[in-house]
Amino acid sequence: MTDVAQRKVASALAPLQLSGEHHLCPGCGHPVAWRLLLEVIAELELEKKAIGVVGHGCYTNIVQLADIDFLQCLHGRAPAVATGVKRVHPDAAVFTLQGDGDVASEGLAEVLHTAARGERITTIMLNNGVFGDTGGQMTAASVVGQRTKTSLEGRDAEAHGYPVPVADLVASLAGAAYVARGAVNNAGSIAKTKRYIKRAFEAAVAGEGFTFVEVLTMCPTGWFLPTADGPDYLEGTFEKTYPLGALKGR
Amino acid sequence: MVAKLLQGSDAVARAALEAGCRFFAGYPMLPFTDLLEAMARQMPAVDGVCMNAETEIEAVNMTLGAGAAGARAATGSCGQGIALMQEAIAEAALNEVPFVVFNMARGQQDYFQATRGGGWGDYRTICLAPKDVSEAVEHTQLLFHLADQYRAPVMMYGDYLISHTYMSVDITRRDYGELPPKDWALDGSKGGTGHSRQVWTWAMGKANDPGPGPDLHWQRIAAKFEEVAAAEQRWEAIDCEDADTVVVSFGTCGPFVEQVVAELREDGVRVGAFRPISLWPFPEAALAEACRNARQVLVFEVNAGQMIDDVRLSIGGRIPVRPLGRVSIDFSGMRQGEILTVGWIRDRVKAAMQEVPAR
Amino acid sequence: MTVTRGTVTIDIDHCKGCELCIAACRPAVLRMSEETNENGYRFPLLEPGCTACRACRDVCPDYCFEVFKFDRPVTS
Repeated sequence: MTDVAQRKVASALAPLQLSGEHHLCPGCGHPVAWRLLLEVIAELELEKKAIGVVGHGCYTNIVQLADIDFLQCLHGRAPAVATGVKRVHPDAAVFTLQGDGDVASEGLAEVLHTAARGERITTIMLNNGVFGDTGGQMTAASVVGQRTKTSLEGRDAEAHGYPVPVADLVASLAGAAYVARGAVNNAGSIAKTKRYIKRAFEAAVAGEGFTFVEVLTMCPTGWFLPTADGPDYLEGTFEKTYPLGALKGR
Repeated sequence: MVAKLLQGSDAVARAALEAGCRFFAGYPMLPFTDLLEAMARQMPAVDGVCMNAETEIEAVNMTLGAGAAGARAATGSCGQGIALMQEAIAEAALNEVPFVVFNMARGQQDYFQATRGGGWGDYRTICLAPKDVSEAVEHTQLLFHLADQYRAPVMMYGDYLISHTYMSVDITRRDYGELPPKDWALDGSKGGTGHSRQVWTWAMGKANDPGPGPDLHWQRIAAKFEEVAAAEQRWEAIDCEDADTVVVSFGTCGPFVEQVVAELREDGVRVGAFRPISLWPFPEAALAEACRNARQVLVFEVNAGQMIDDVRLSIGGRIPVRPLGRVSIDFSGMRQGEILTVGWIRDRVKAAMQEVPAR
Repeated sequence: MTVTRGTVTIDIDHCKGCELCIAACRPAVLRMSEETNENGYRFPLLEPGCTACRACRDVCPDYCFEVFKFDRPVTS
């Protein structure tokens, strides 16, 4: 078959990606989200306008792996930091990349205030329901029943309360122009999530307001699962708590 | 020289704008609030940004973002509000983002917080304590220069008296010399070139251009602050050469102690006044030198004893170092209380001098 | 008879054996090896029947796949 003429239809690395070598676990969903983000920036021709503000988590590795300007900031504070960046460079495509621990736990005030103010930036929240980088503790987004290092018997609503649906809270604010929730556990969701991220960047850059995309990602390590079981667990539990789709805007 | 009668907060705001400050973010907390309001009034005219942030933590992080993007940026607060900002001040010291913090303090109880730094890591914060509005105007412009020169957050220790006193001042831009261009600042323009920028406390760099990593980065920063310590000490010494007693004070207590010293000198008493202008770096050697012939050092500060630790370090046990002040706050909780009068200070200085007789 | 419309290259050195590509492959032409790479992970092997749908590349967290489409399908 090797003597048949062929053309490449998909590259291994994303545009703007300096290296594919990262320290994230087998079966992690974050690297797929990274790829979608970089593809969107390249396709919208924003690479010379993009400034990323990145929180604290396994995903922080992107600041070494991607050839765009990055500021790595304090846990939870990215939307506030991004606000300062955007006010100084109003024509830049300013975005934040954070995890559910960063946003739903530490940084809930920041994201809600930034959304309410309608800052023209995009926040991407990678939601796997754990503080993965610190070994897998519960976050404010962990779903009821989810086993974590601080809820070994499963998150119990009586003892631990309920998860915070950040995308829904953001969508309720007038300053939020586009809000969507996607996932990267299968090719179909991956394609839809890329469209959400693209729309979010377009809307923010066009000045429509604050845009937010929550991306459900797999963390088989944090979920105590074999890697191959990550996608089904995401669909069976996370998608029930966090329905996919566009929550606000077209 | 063009002088205008301005209220302190207004003067500081104008001086900041003259220095090129174009981003300010703050959360209301008196006596800092007047500076926030002055900025809100004045920023639009220069196409700058003044954010009334929803929290102190957001204010300082917005300011960090603006500074990382290359603007001259500032924030401020006082007391508990500054405490909330410590995390971000430390972060900016370690990721080398410049901005100015206006601590319009509620009296003198913020000295520890201003000089020891409440954040994580091996960092220092240049802190200048003006004695009046005129010095505050000068310090405002100097601090923007120092922040950029050393790529670090810096602080002004102001207070209610600075904020509210009217004084005739010249806010014209001062020239402190050339600074290198901010080619490290983030603007997106190097994206896709292989040389995109990175602001990160861990300084790991990029896959195609690895950085020094946290160990070497933080060692370099520690060494940088040692350079700053050697180069940026500022102080004022009055009548110390032949003084039996030197009275040390900082900030707006300075003019009161100056007045006490002037009055006692007229009575033939050999007393001197020393005022650290830079609370950090504390002018240790200059203080030790000023007290060379003294038999005791008195420390007048309106708190339970904070700057006195630095005075003791400077004197090294050679002669007694004794506190004169105490906690004293007025009925509003915003400013120094009843002990901040020339009479109160003079009585205590005279009593202290009886206890350690003159030569 | 199997119709093959494309092919992939697989960077087996960087594969971490997560097997997400196995489930994602629509024509089910990927199966995990018996041998392991230098890091101890098994890796995917390609069988005839690839349609160049790119699902493997889309789901792979380690950027192991490049996907190629043939100018004309090959029957075997």
